[in-house]
Amino acid sequence: MAHKETLWLSGNEAIARAAWEAGVSVASGYPGTPSTEILENLGQYADVYSEWAPNEKVAMEVALGASFAGARVLTTLKHVGLNVAADPLFSSAYTGIRGGMVIVNADDPEMHSSQNEQDNRNYAYAAKIPMFEPADPAEAHAMLLDAFELSEKMDTPVFVRTTARIAHAKGLVSVGNRRVNETKIGFYKNPTKVVLLPEISRVRRQEIAARFARLRDFAESYARNTIEPGDTRMGIITGGISYLYSKEAFPKAAILKLGLCWPLPEQKIRAFAELVDEVVIVEELDPFLETHIKAMGIKCGGQDRIPAIGELNSAIVNQALGGEKPEIMAPVDLPQRPANMCPGCPHRGIFYNLARLDIFVSGDIGCYTLGFLPPLSAIDSCVCMGASIGIAHGLNKAIGGDSYKKIVSVIGDSTFIHSGITGLANMIYNQSSATVLLLDNRTTGMTGQQPNPVSGTTLMGDPANVIDLEQLCRAVGVKHICTVNPHDIEDTQKVLQEELARDATSVIISRAPCVLAPSMKKTKTVPCIISETDCSGCKTCINLGCPAISWRATSENEAKKPGLKEKEEGHAQISPEMCNGCGQCLNICQFMAITKAEK
Amino acid sequence: MSRSGNILFSGVGGQGILLASEITAYALLEAGLDTKKSEVHGMAQRGGLVVAHLRFGDKVYSPLIAPGTADFLVAFETMESVRYLPFLHKNSTVIVNTHKIPPPAVALGEVPYPDNILAEFTKRHIKTFLIDGFGIAKSVAESRSANLALVGALSSLLPIAEEIFIAVMQKRLPRSLEKNIAAFKAGRAITSK
Repeated sequence: MAHKETLWLSGNEAIARAAWEAGVSVASGYPGTPSTEILENLGQYADVYSEWAPNEKVAMEVALGASFAGARVLTTLKHVGLNVAADPLFSSAYTGIRGGMVIVNADDPEMHSSQNEQDNRNYAYAAKIPMFEPADPAEAHAMLLDAFELSEKMDTPVFVRTTARIAHAKGLVSVGNRRVNETKIGFYKNPTKVVLLPEISRVRRQEIAARFARLRDFAESYARNTIEPGDTRMGIITGGISYLYSKEAFPKAAILKLGLCWPLPEQKIRAFAELVDEVVIVEELDPFLETHIKAMGIKCGGQDRIPAIGELNSAIVNQALGGEKPEIMAPVDLPQRPANMCPGCPHRGIFYNLARLDIFVSGDIGCYTLGFLPPLSAIDSCVCMGASIGIAHGLNKAIGGDSYKKIVSVIGDSTFIHSGITGLANMIYNQSSATVLLLDNRTTGMTGQQPNPVSGTTLMGDPANVIDLEQLCRAVGVKHICTVNPHDIEDTQKVLQEELARDATSVIISRAPCVLAPSMKKTKTVPCIISETDCSGCKTCINLGCPAISWRATSENEAKKPGLKEKEEGHAQISPEMCNGCGQCLNICQFMAITKAEK
Repeated sequence: MSRSGNILFSGVGGQGILLASEITAYALLEAGLDTKKSEVHGMAQRGGLVVAHLRFGDKVYSPLIAPGTADFLVAFETMESVRYLPFLHKNSTVIVNTHKIPPPAVALGEVPYPDNILAEFTKRHIKTFLIDGFGIAKSVAESRSANLALVGALSSLLPIAEEIFIAVMQKRLPRSLEKNIAAFKAGRAITSK
């Protein structure tokens, strides 16, 4: 592992490898697609301390603290995670660093797995922090090493920005050895630098301005801000993944490729503009480069032709800039195939119950957001991490009266620890009444079962404390706390009705492990089976929306067979390969047609 | 056979699509070709659509296949082949697993599974190979080898020797190597006729 070689890596694997090579000794982040695999990979190196923090703000503070001690540090997050970490981010530009600090930010154009589309290059501008933008895994690896050098040279945190098409794309990467960190690790007291009281910050603000001038000089000389000579009729300024799309669409065009998207190399951009007849900016999402290049007084176009919404690809770039439109076969209308909760998912039992109540379900971010989809269709809002609780409180305060009978927040354990606790404290402090359903499946499910403070293990696999959620809610001041088994649909329904009737804030903890948790994978399961003769075709179990249960319509010949009632249109069937025997369908079948298969 | 090309893998979460695309990619790399792959993670893992774009050649820029430029489509689920028709051109080759997984609307009994869906290819004269991945998997006694039967079917159409694929499988498959190789060979036999 410790010699020069070429590996085929994803962007996230390449970043993890580069962090190890750069001598990073502390890394902290919160899972979020498409950034998650960076820390999962870095956690495999025994000589790097890697952790999942409860949220991105904490992760960035941990990284900054470790940097103050002289360690090289990495923090990773997705675009919306940077909103959570924005507070330490802006201040970290003031404190500067001791050990090199790199923030890997992964944007998600097209919202493959996100609630919004956001161009975080704007944070580089707003926080006055430089940002590298690699185009592929090889560059992600190289630029991460550059970013650490720049961070220590300029005394600033540094961004590396990826998107899903870099993070989850694979390509060849030349890897190297681990560097020995030369900075001595220990306590360094430097109050006039890191105690951000107004009089100190005013001085630091001046330093940021001076540093910014040095960063602009660096941008002019940075080897990965390069002019690729070519046809000068149309000169393209681009960076990141958009460079690859441009190169593919116009292989002969002159290109100024910006490896550093902030700050911009103004002299180099001017020189390039002089070389070409027309300057076109190719960039995904916001007109970030275009706005700042136009502000330099340079005439250019881009988003007058290229869409500012969603992902680009080489065909979009080609056609937007005058390329020929090839003939494309029209799509065929097919049934959609949205994501679904897994067979045996504990969340399904909860949403089956919620769907049968006339209530407002304030949802949150996680696998359980899929409770929105038919046939469950039981989520009425989903905004951001932790919002389910604040939204419920707001509804209760605005509507008043007995609105508490109709308000339920639904939040998972990881999201609750991330940013739900403060919302609950507010509910109690400011006396609202609503029911909070805490879906405790012991993991961070949607991003791929990362451990969190209720899981009992750490990222690196060590045993850890498990937060006692009942005690925590009690300490916040919740008087009514109960626990249900979500697979027991009848019992859960009873508890839900009781708690909704209560004019006070209550917390119902739904406790059952994620079916993808390692402990569950090892458990031997007995699938459920349906007796065709007992099944009445009522579709009650079908309405669970379980992927293992499907409907089989009765054919004309079949309906006449003995045992099948003439009016029956069909019956439900359970796939024994997919069923893991959670028993929810068995629990709700009124005809006793479902049983556990004998094994 | 061209030394450059675009392969689109499609199917449903949990079908071993990502492993199949990895094995193919490593074989292309072993053959000395630049290879890039892009896939969608996250919500797609939950029974939704899974797509992997694999591109190879002397030098590959974009990791994404542009519409109308996929030379090969390997679909792990029948209907999930037709969904990607806009990616194909008239000389594309389609490899389809005959396995059907009902999407939610079909499972709920709201609409039937589309009938005779592969006619969409034949009426456009697109060369199509049907592979009974499930049947092959059953015949080699390894239920999870359908994906390698599909890789096998693809392999004879790529500019790479069979031995390279076998060597990659020997290096990268942790379990049931012999059975997986048997599934690979069974798939390969169908397209090499």
